[in-house]
Amino acid sequence: MQQTMAHHDHDHGHEDHESLKVLGFWIFLVTDCILFGTLFATYAVLMHSYAGGPTGKEMFQLPGVIASTFILLTSSFTSGLAMLAMHKGKVKQVIGWLAITAVLGLAFVVLEVTEFSHLVAEGAAIYTSAYWSAFYVLVGTHGLHVTLGLFWMAALMIQLGKHGITAVTKRKITNLGLYWHFLDVVWIFLFTVVYLMGVM
Amino acid sequence: MWEDIKSFASTFFVTGDPLIYGADVAIVLTTLAIVFVLTKYKKWGWLWREWLTTVDHKKIGIMYLICSLLMLFRGGVDALLMRLQLALPNVEFLHSEHYNAIFTTHGTIMILFMAMPMMFALFNIVVPLQIGARDVAYPFLNALSFWLFFFGAMLFNLSFVIGGSAESGWLAYPPLSEKMFSPGVGQDFYIWGIQISGIGSLATGINFLVTILKMRAPGMSLMKMPLFSWSVLSSCITIIYAFPILTVTLALLFIDRYLGAHIFTMDGGGNPMMYVNLIWMWGHPEVYIVVLPAFGIFSEIVATFSKKQIFGYKSMVFAMIIISVLSFFTWAHHFFTMGAGADVNSFFAISTMAIAIPTGVKVFNWLFTMFRGRIQLKQPMLWTIAFIPCFVIGGATGVMLAVAPADYQYHNSYFLIAHFHQVLIGGVVFGYLAGIYYWWPKMFGFKLDERLGKWGFWLWNIGFYVCFMPQYALGFMGMTRRLYTYGWDLGWAPLNLVSTVGAFMMGLGFVFQVWQIAYSIKHGERDTTGDPWNGRTLEWSIPSPAPVYNFAVIPQVKEADDWWATKQARANGTANEAPAKLEPIHMPKNSGIPFIMSFFWFIAGFGFVWGWTWWIVIGLAGVGISMLVRSFQYDTDYYIPVDEVRRTEASLGRAV
Repeated sequence: MQQTMAHHDHDHGHEDHESLKVLGFWIFLVTDCILFGTLFATYAVLMHSYAGGPTGKEMFQLPGVIASTFILLTSSFTSGLAMLAMHKGKVKQVIGWLAITAVLGLAFVVLEVTEFSHLVAEGAAIYTSAYWSAFYVLVGTHGLHVTLGLFWMAALMIQLGKHGITAVTKRKITNLGLYWHFLDVVWIFLFTVVYLMGVM
Repeated sequence: MWEDIKSFASTFFVTGDPLIYGADVAIVLTTLAIVFVLTKYKKWGWLWREWLTTVDHKKIGIMYLICSLLMLFRGGVDALLMRLQLALPNVEFLHSEHYNAIFTTHGTIMILFMAMPMMFALFNIVVPLQIGARDVAYPFLNALSFWLFFFGAMLFNLSFVIGGSAESGWLAYPPLSEKMFSPGVGQDFYIWGIQISGIGSLATGINFLVTILKMRAPGMSLMKMPLFSWSVLSSCITIIYAFPILTVTLALLFIDRYLGAHIFTMDGGGNPMMYVNLIWMWGHPEVYIVVLPAFGIFSEIVATFSKKQIFGYKSMVFAMIIISVLSFFTWAHHFFTMGAGADVNSFFAISTMAIAIPTGVKVFNWLFTMFRGRIQLKQPMLWTIAFIPCFVIGGATGVMLAVAPADYQYHNSYFLIAHFHQVLIGGVVFGYLAGIYYWWPKMFGFKLDERLGKWGFWLWNIGFYVCFMPQYALGFMGMTRRLYTYGWDLGWAPLNLVSTVGAFMMGLGFVFQVWQIAYSIKHGERDTTGDPWNGRTLEWSIPSPAPVYNFAVIPQVKEADDWWATKQARANGTANEAPAKLEPIHMPKNSGIPFIMSFFWFIAGFGFVWGWTWWIVIGLAGVGISMLVRSFQYDTDYYIPVDEVRRTEASLGRAV
């Protein structure tokens, strides 16, 4: 009897601790928000500093960007489906939806790399002008976040397969979900400020 | 081959200066001595198990403290070298580049590698004990923060003998800090040293915010929380909003230097003034980040040594929160001369002056706490009393500088130098020293010797005024900062000589403090009660030094200054204490990953500095693998059984 009691307490302590880590992750996202805010401000200041080089309007090809926007939005939706499956306790479904999310995320990164290499080939590289420096830093930082998220997602899929849905894996998936939605929100601002306002 | 090695070595190592060769020899000898002692006494295992892998906040705090004192020494030597160079006109002690490197490293080290870790030392040592917690919210992350700071500081300090130090001032304004004007690796050492330790600082901000919000003992509502913990809370909020800006700003500077981008350059449409704006959007909050905890320390000490509850507790809390918010709206006062226009300058002038209001409230509260109190002039209280007039003068000259039109006269003169040293030494350093004296018995179980401490105290204090009061006058006489020499005709010689004498008095004060520590280890008064000052808050209710789990039983808090109330109730015989019921204690396991991961950050940083791709790849891969290894660890904690807790408490003289 005593042992089962102790065991129960043990789990309870763990769950408290897991919720603590979700709160910490929210605060991390606040700092990430400031990070992107600073990059957006930098971009806004340098938005017209082409230094005689190519402008965004001349270089952007919207169809590709719109495609990657929809891909990322869809991946946010599928990561939400993974969360729903997690709350129902269905491990295989969680892994499945995460896998789809990861494939979509990978497609987004591939499109971004393609876009960057195309831009560089056309003569708009990071050293071309202040405008392009700010562009690559802002868009690239978001892309780097998505790429790191993919590694994280892969690690969590393996852990889900190993441990199933526990308090710990639940917390990890929750944080990953927060991260992924956050990147989606950042992209919406990025799409508006950089691409839409860029071609206007 | 031999020629290759020679040419590599001549750029890799700093050569040609006898001071540097002396330092090289000292570094090699010290390293050999450490290795020899550790090997001879078979202490490597002990070092690894007890310190390098620890996640105990008390030990991490002690490591922060040791590092910060070493950095205080290094930054202090830089200061003395500068004062020697300036003691008389036309001195040829340091050549101009060397002088530039020294004022750069002095500023950077004192703020980022001395003040910050000393502050984190006190966060770690005090906060969990003061709020009745067994550890911080994320002990593993806490260890990681420390090691990131440690390796960041190592990287920065290495530039002293390898590659050469940065020479563009402690905030590295472009275009001077751009590749074109600072082609050496010193600037990159600066960027990566700060960047790596900055990630640690940011994590500490998150860690202590959550700790304070979520891990307080039951019954301790926020408005019953001790003021030091409140000051840490406000400082952490400021860290969370300010440090990401620093990370981005330095990253952008590095991208300019490394990839040839044009964000802050003079050409290609770049905007150097944007860097100045960004760095101060972090930099101004940063000075409040370091001074708010000092305010918290003074509040604890004033109450304890006046034997009174703090006067105006609520107004103290509001003042700190208001300061941490306002600190984000004053950054442009660092460059009124940028020419942003009358409207912008007026806004920042008024917001800067407004900060004097909550700060003034705090000063009055401390004074009213002392009013009709039974004041004991122990060392912590001495430093507190010395702080008040010093900080008030520093604050008043700050308001003078905030008058935008007048600032065109003071800008970058020695008047400014005197002002910020007065608030940073008089506020931050005095505060942290007071805190170290106050909580030293809690860390180590003995008090620091009063007699030697008083020598240190008076040398520091008199030295401070002798050093910096002349600099206010020198500023008015036209002496600008960062001058490496001056002529006899300017009439600055006498005051500069006086200032140098003062600097050496402070240096001597520090020597007395080191002597004091060494002396007290053997002869200091032992603290057997755990409550050597008759304190008011929870950290004094447990033994000194605290056991690994801090509290055998988590206290139930009823009032502000709960430990004081408990002692009163016990004395009156009205204490109604239920017998404690011990339970197994849940603790985190030690881990070597924070050390290893930070080491890989160091490798990556070193690679970025020199542009060595393989080092970058290995370093970053090591960081990634360390993170993955940690992610796959599920067995990260353990329980201390009741018997062991009972044995430990009994050995500390406590019956449970």
